[in-house]
Amino acid sequence: MSVPVEFYMVLSGLVFIIGLVGVLVRKNLIIILLSIELMLNATNINFVAFSSHFGNLAGQVFVFFALTVAAAEVAVGLAIIIALYRHHASINVDDFRLLKW
Amino acid sequence: MGTFVFLYFAAVIVMAASLVVVLRNPIYSALSLLVMFFHVAGLYVTLHAEFLAAIQIIVYAGAILVLYLFVVMLLNVKRDERYNRQGTVALFLGVVLLTEAVLLAVSRGFTVATPDPGPEGAARAVGNTESIGEVLYSTYLFPFEIASLILLVAMIGAVILSKKGIMG
Repeated sequence: MSVPVEFYMVLSGLVFIIGLVGVLVRKNLIIILLSIELMLNATNINFVAFSSHFGNLAGQVFVFFALTVAAAEVAVGLAIIIALYRHHASINVDDFRLLKW
Repeated sequence: MGTFVFLYFAAVIVMAASLVVVLRNPIYSALSLLVMFFHVAGLYVTLHAEFLAAIQIIVYAGAILVLYLFVVMLLNVKRDERYNRQGTVALFLGVVLLTEAVLLAVSRGFTVATPDPGPEGAARAVGNTESIGEVLYSTYLFPFEIASLILLVAMIGAVILSKKGIMG
């Protein structure tokens, strides 16, 4: 393998940090969900890079499970967003204080 | 050559990811995420995970992103809401975490253990899809079944949540 695995770690860390910043900074609920997808993809890159580096296929299998969780998260999250929008006519996180103490 | 290809993919991935966070219109953000998914799939191909690359395009770009675009266009939110105002806290935490990361990387040495080359050749000889299938259906059979259960629960939850009159 020509590319050292550290490069993939740096790339994965960068993408993860971008996703984290997106979750913390944006107010639009849909963008927050998209940023969570970014973070899941960052972990997937790491999984596949290490799977190739160590010659162990378990990493690629775990990407499948991460994919399953991502799909479930998207389905439930978007359903919640639709329910919220129907009730409050907004998807701005500042408008929702139901669980805020 | 391999490094060059990696650098191209990495640059596009980081740029598309930044655009997802920065762009104002959710549709453009979703399309930028689509670009990122395709390049991550390309990265998987260079890592000899061809089956995962196909799955990445089919599931992420084909299913998940279509769901996103569907909801974005269904809600049709035009209002311009932007960033939270938390600059000082963010700056403080960012500096602390960055210092910690740099210190860790410097003190521990930023290297990864070299692999033993034994099982890799064996896994390559059969082909990516077949070897993944064997591992998935033997070693990880129970987590696989749990994953199907997660999908079932998510499906029922999504149907119930998006029913009319769920929130009072």
